[in-house]
Amino acid sequence: MELKFTEEQLMMRDMVRDFAKKEIEPNIEKMEKGEFPREVLNKMADLGLMGITIPEKYGGSEMDFVSYIIAIHELSKVSAVVGVILSVHTSVGTNPILYFGNEEQKQKYVTKLAAGEYLGAFCLTEPSAGSDVGSMKSKAVKDGDHYRINGSKVFITNGGEADVYIVFASTDPSQGSRGISAFIVEKDTPGLIIGKDEHKMGLHGSRTVQLTFEDMKVPAENLIGEEGDGFKIALANLDVGRIGIAAQALGIAEAAYEAAVGYAKERVQFGKPIAAQQGVGFKIADMATAVEASKLLVYRAADLRSRGIACGKEASMAKLFASKTAVENSIEAVQVFGGYGYTEDYPVERYFRDAKVTEIYEGTSEIQRLVIGKHLIK
Amino acid sequence: MNFKLSEEHEMIRKMVRDFATKEVAPTAAERDEEERFDREIFDKMAELGLTGIPWPEEYGGIGSDYLAYCIAVEELSRVCASTGVTLSAHTSLAGWPIFKYGNEEQKQKYLRPMAEGTKIGGYGLTEAGSGSDAGGMKTTAKLDGDHYVLNGSKIFITNGGIADIYVVFAVTDPTSKHKGTSAFIVEAGFEGFSVGKKEKKLGIRSSPTTEIIFDNCRIPKENLLGEEGEGFIIAMKTLDGGRNGIAAQAVGIAQGALDASVEYSKERVQFGKPIVANQGVSFKLADMATSIEASRLLTYQAAWLESNGHSYGKESAMAKLMAGDTAMKVTVEAVQVFGGYGYTKDYPVERYMRDAKITQIYEGTQEIQRLVISRMLTK
Repeated sequence: MELKFTEEQLMMRDMVRDFAKKEIEPNIEKMEKGEFPREVLNKMADLGLMGITIPEKYGGSEMDFVSYIIAIHELSKVSAVVGVILSVHTSVGTNPILYFGNEEQKQKYVTKLAAGEYLGAFCLTEPSAGSDVGSMKSKAVKDGDHYRINGSKVFITNGGEADVYIVFASTDPSQGSRGISAFIVEKDTPGLIIGKDEHKMGLHGSRTVQLTFEDMKVPAENLIGEEGDGFKIALANLDVGRIGIAAQALGIAEAAYEAAVGYAKERVQFGKPIAAQQGVGFKIADMATAVEASKLLVYRAADLRSRGIACGKEASMAKLFASKTAVENSIEAVQVFGGYGYTEDYPVERYFRDAKVTEIYEGTSEIQRLVIGKHLIK
Repeated sequence: MNFKLSEEHEMIRKMVRDFATKEVAPTAAERDEEERFDREIFDKMAELGLTGIPWPEEYGGIGSDYLAYCIAVEELSRVCASTGVTLSAHTSLAGWPIFKYGNEEQKQKYLRPMAEGTKIGGYGLTEAGSGSDAGGMKTTAKLDGDHYVLNGSKIFITNGGIADIYVVFAVTDPTSKHKGTSAFIVEAGFEGFSVGKKEKKLGIRSSPTTEIIFDNCRIPKENLLGEEGEGFIIAMKTLDGGRNGIAAQAVGIAQGALDASVEYSKERVQFGKPIVANQGVSFKLADMATSIEASRLLTYQAAWLESNGHSYGKESAMAKLMAGDTAMKVTVEAVQVFGGYGYTKDYPVERYMRDAKITQIYEGTQEIQRLVISRMLTK
């Protein structure tokens, strides 16, 4: 056991911390008004953050998975929006091609995604197929050297901004989840229609859109793996995606805690800082303890993943616990700030709004419990 | 960064788990019912080297670390929390202050037999009128020639009556609140030492908890531990490490309760399927397992920090806080999973639930942990 970060990991942490403070924090207001942080992403690309775990030969930084999780954690402390953009771009926007694509696809797409020239997105969820992937309605029909895809997708993070979409559609509806295939779809593909932007409670500045495919014509060479591999491809990156969102939740939870403790030490009522009241001090102790536990769960899962050890249960536990902590801590942070916490003058109301989605996407907390429960009775 | 336990730690876990299953578990319910401490179990632990896990071989220990010790307490507590706390008080509360603050002679004379397990250790800090507020202590120690004379009494002493060696705190200078307290090594055979009332308890019933009384108890001057006036610091530092042991105990209790619940819910059939096939049950198990994992990681982190010479006060308080609360919640849920059977003594979960409660109280209540943590964070 060795619980300290390596030198390389510490460098990543310090670099991202510094970057987030200088380059992201000043843009929060614009993002809250709905502006997509394109410039921030370009600067992240310059630092090699858009392909942290991707091998150098495909244009990435070839660092370990723990370093990638450190980046999401630190980015999310300042902006959960930038955190989720990076998580989606890497875990489900790039990795499926890296792990299941052929050499040509990797050269053509992964190199650009890793360098940040392209932004990635992942299109799995449909109006009536969330966690129940097998009930997917989008269909892909082979037509000579193309597939024609029809259907619609919802809740697509980075939609409308991405250059490359990983799209899932059924090539054989009689096979249920085994009939699903995965395709690489470029943004200018005819028949790819960007629908309405969701108006969300939080994560303002991260675009979440509906997509419609109307006879969308995708070259046959853009099929990832074999026909029917889609479900496997979608599942293969679940752990990575979950640990990423767990790290995002950890960032929000920690930011909420730090804001609360900072304010509680300064805010004087009845002649002393409110932190000196047990009603507030004990809240802070509970928040800090939950952050510490989340951190250990998140980094333990990341450490397992970076060693190539199975971590399905641990990833689910990390996400379940860290997202719960994000929600609870952000609620408590608003409470510590009192009336001020309810205003946009302080960031805690944003944390409160951003936190909730971490219990929902990449598998709801109920799905995480389902996964953990299955592991327990194996 | 590497969360994997070393082979040495895995070996100790396996050894203690085997021992706990074969030698401790079979009589756990009966010892609980009879409120009976079993010296034979302690002697067998001594044979395996469990009574001196973190102490160097030169003091009779096995030269491992605090993480290994916590793993041992966890595994014992998984089947019997009383056995867990016997070892925890023996090691963290009696052994640790002698190892850290004792001189060479004291270590050879007292730490060695404790590490070897021929003697049992205890710790006397709490008094009827001073729990967490150790500054309110009334027991006095007056120097009289080459002896200190102790007068007063201590309550809630784990291993009381079975211990041979106690680390005891008394006021040597009543004019100075904290700096007037000193620590002493007291042998059970010293003149003027006696064991008072044995508590009847809700849980950890096979771990004896008694009052100890000093009536002009004469202690050789050389049994002063550390310097005069250093007692308060020794007491507080000892509790920091003690919290790791109690956190480990709490993790063990919770894991025992979860294991029992998983097994039962797979077997118990209602409405034509095992009850675990209902999300109402399996989600409970998932939440139990997740809190246990969080508590275990906090506990191991604190023990790892201590083992590697880093500061660990805040982390051990966090570990104890979360693990204690987890043990309580998880054991209540375990009884719920077992339904009516869980409420009976035919299954161990009611014992786990009774045992769990103490982990929220001793070595500093949860409220004291929150106080310790919040003070460190808002300094």
